[in-house]
Amino acid sequence: MSAVAAVRPDSWNLPLLVHVLGALILVGGLFAGASTLALARGDARLLRLGYWSLLALALPGWVVMRVGAQWIFSKEGWDDLPEDLLPRWLSLGGAIADIGGLVLALTLVVGGVGVYRLRDGRGSGALKVTLALGVALLAAYVVATWAMAGKPD
Amino acid sequence: MTFDDWMLALHVLSAFALVGGLILFWVLIVAIRRTDEPMDVLRLGSLSRLAGAAIGIGMGGTIVLGVWLAFSVGGYDIWDPWIVAAIVLWFVAAALGRRADEAYTPAVRKARELQSAGHEGHDADLVALTRGSNGVTLQLAISAVVLLILVDMIWKPGA
Repeated sequence: MSAVAAVRPDSWNLPLLVHVLGALILVGGLFAGASTLALARGDARLLRLGYWSLLALALPGWVVMRVGAQWIFSKEGWDDLPEDLLPRWLSLGGAIADIGGLVLALTLVVGGVGVYRLRDGRGSGALKVTLALGVALLAAYVVATWAMAGKPD
Repeated sequence: MTFDDWMLALHVLSAFALVGGLILFWVLIVAIRRTDEPMDVLRLGSLSRLAGAAIGIGMGGTIVLGVWLAFSVGGYDIWDPWIVAAIVLWFVAAALGRRADEAYTPAVRKARELQSAGHEGHDADLVALTRGSNGVTLQLAISAVVLLILVDMIWKPGA
């Protein structure tokens, strides 16, 4: 990669754009949601906004990222190879994306409970769990981004 | 991983920091348009500083590491049309970002004035400042420019 600039067929560009754009929205949504939850200092309005950032930004971002990932995966012909021959950066990125999707779904369910409890004037414990899961997801997706961009052997 | 691979990974992570900051600013715009009390506006200060820090790291990282990569990676040159376009768009985004920041300064200043005067309730002037369309328009323009940079980075026209 570093010796000579990579040459990519033009037909790969659109799926790559969809994948990267989705990843940017996902990570941006996680960053915005986790930051808002972390700095809300008990303000119900900001806690709700933090949760809605995760729901309205991170979730659609994950869907677009995952659709783009499958599209570019197939365009590049990786699906013709047995799984044990896939490069490590691709396996790592794919595993983080998929497990992260499940954790994101769990985060949104717990956060939904937290927002519901907030409406009833009860504590924000569930939203603290949502924040912890959001921060863990953000860290995992930063590792995935590093793996996808740097492509370690 | 070679040194250039690390630089590329950090360049991409900088772009993620930039977009993370931009998205947080969008969330702040939604929040500030729903506020009509000085304390609510001032409460957004720490989030605004965090978004600004992410954008600063993102803008700095993308340009410094991007220029490094243009010189270091074989097959690319700093005068390649797509790299020149990216640098021009980066400066456009920076200029728009400065103006967007200034667009919300009067609302924060007004909230501070009201708070120091002991006025804590609804204020019509503050509402007018937080609901202004100038900041939203500038934020939309920045987002469009960043999207153009992403398209330019992927398609690399003229490479």
